[in-house]
Amino acid sequence: MSGILEIRDVEVTFEVGPLMRRRSILGVAGVSFDLHSGETFAIVGESGSGKTTLARAINGLQAISTGSIRFDEQRIDTLGARSMKPLRRRMSMMFQDPVGSLSPRMKVGNLIAEPFRIHGIVDKNPSVEVPRLLSLVGLTPEFADRYPHQLSGGQARRVGVARAIALNPDLIIADEPTAGLDVSVQGEVLNLLNDLRERLGLAMIIITHNLHVVHHVADRMAVMYLGRFVEVGDTDEIFRAPRHPYTAALLSANPEPDPDKARDRIALPAEVPSLLARPAGCEFHSRCPWVAARCKSEAPDFVQSETRKVACHTPLELGARPPEMEVTQ
Amino acid sequence: MTVLAIKDLNVTFSTEGGRLHALKDVSFDVPERRIVGVVGESGCGKSTLINAILGLLADNGSIDAGSIAFEGEDLTRLGPAKMQELRGQKISTVFQDPMGALNPVLSVGRQMRNIQYRSGRSRSEKDARSEAMLRQVRIPDAQAALARYPHEFSGGMRQRVAIAMALMMKPALLIADEPTTALDATLEVATIELLRELQQDIACSVLFISHHLGVIAELCDDVVVMYAGEVVERGTTRQVFHTPRHPYARRLLECDPARQSGRTRHLPTIPGEVPDLRQRPPGCVFATRCDQRVDACDKVPPDVAVESGHVARCVLAEAR
Repeated sequence: MSGILEIRDVEVTFEVGPLMRRRSILGVAGVSFDLHSGETFAIVGESGSGKTTLARAINGLQAISTGSIRFDEQRIDTLGARSMKPLRRRMSMMFQDPVGSLSPRMKVGNLIAEPFRIHGIVDKNPSVEVPRLLSLVGLTPEFADRYPHQLSGGQARRVGVARAIALNPDLIIADEPTAGLDVSVQGEVLNLLNDLRERLGLAMIIITHNLHVVHHVADRMAVMYLGRFVEVGDTDEIFRAPRHPYTAALLSANPEPDPDKARDRIALPAEVPSLLARPAGCEFHSRCPWVAARCKSEAPDFVQSETRKVACHTPLELGARPPEMEVTQ
Repeated sequence: MTVLAIKDLNVTFSTEGGRLHALKDVSFDVPERRIVGVVGESGCGKSTLINAILGLLADNGSIDAGSIAFEGEDLTRLGPAKMQELRGQKISTVFQDPMGALNPVLSVGRQMRNIQYRSGRSRSEKDARSEAMLRQVRIPDAQAALARYPHEFSGGMRQRVAIAMALMMKPALLIADEPTTALDATLEVATIELLRELQQDIACSVLFISHHLGVIAELCDDVVVMYAGEVVERGTTRQVFHTPRHPYARRLLECDPARQSGRTRHLPTIPGEVPDLRQRPPGCVFATRCDQRVDACDKVPPDVAVESGHVARCVLAEAR
């Protein structure tokens, strides 16, 4: 297995506020990870934690302020738009809103053929490629004549997948691929992505806040909080034994579709700190049930132990409960 | 007592391709002090249902038959002025995107004061009430928060501000349309716990729309399952989640990735597509996708009461 993507200490800053009182905030605050071909990596975190910004940075849609991004051993964060373009056909992006990311004035056939036109690929015949791609994503050739508004959410998502795989990419970045889809359609889209990944040997980054989705599709996962990874590791392992308190709280909060299920939750104060006023020390300390004096002043390192990386002074043991347990009904 | 009683409601839209039958014979009740969840796929008529209740159907939509009784009064017969009086006072709403529901150029305090324009209180009384309300939804430093603008709050806090505003006038019915979809799991749980607490405090009823089955299971007392504009099953949350009697409800529950205990690469789905609502099938609307289809499904299915309060629109759902 070779690394297709190598992210090192990536930071993204945004300038905010009125002209004279301009301040910069860190949207992504030093993220590193590797992705291997054929691997699915999930990034989990709440809205505003920097997931989408990170995805845009990888794809070159967002400039980074420090760090480096290597795709297939070539450094891409320093490339200009012109030199980035041939690489973009090897990494495609699926944006959040399935219908909104399709032009309402183009038919599905044209939408699927568009990547070929944009990249000037003339040796592929659209009248062959479009039906082939449609059938790959489980749609009949007749869909080529439809407009996006004539598609259901799940069908629009399939068209988005067809566009993303049109140029045979090595990497797909899917931003909330199942958001707004119903559970039955969610399953279809995830099965499709899993299936394509196996058949085409794709690497995939899935950005989501749905933990059930992560559990079923991702090999490895990262939990993001205020623009940083707080825990990275094997998905099964993290679900079995989360080591960062935020991960543990997220997993314990996940609502289950059973009205009688006993709930043993780790309650967190709901106040998420602002990116303009990052807490000192460990940035999770203001919400952490296990907070200790050291956490308030000293930022933890991102420590690797076996297959797991955790940013916490005292990572949790299996089944650890908060000091003052609050059991919610 | 029943706060909201919907009976045989039929809503159609006139479209270029013909009449679209968006809600067909929809009946269910929202009893006093209960939280009723509505689940169903997008396009199943959840939003049409809310708009019909609020009297906000688009111009091409009309209520062709049926009634929506709110505290005994049929809303389908009320004029626009009367409806306007009810909205925000007796019936209020929280939507998925709080930013869209808040005015970005007015401070939160100003907006909360404006909501109380009918209350006849003085300005300082109104502000005190706003502050108390913000405190109740656990906004830290509530007094200072009144002077802040919506963009200065985080997503979870913004949704709590929206909830505070919706409950400000102590409505009899709160309609919450996917209020937690944009939040992460910890904030989602905190928000539904807050909703439950406030609902008990204010003693209102809630109509809670979501396609997150886990949230419904946790929060709601009763559940209404909708498919292609019809209520295919309704009952208490326990009845529907533990013993679903309509094949669609059963399949929907099976599809939830959260129900797969072991990790799987192949998730269950419901094959087929929702029928075109301009050409509804004459019989059962789920028949084309149903794996238990019988000949009788070509006829209009009856609403079968399988247990007290548990109704399924399926010929196979005989009473036990």
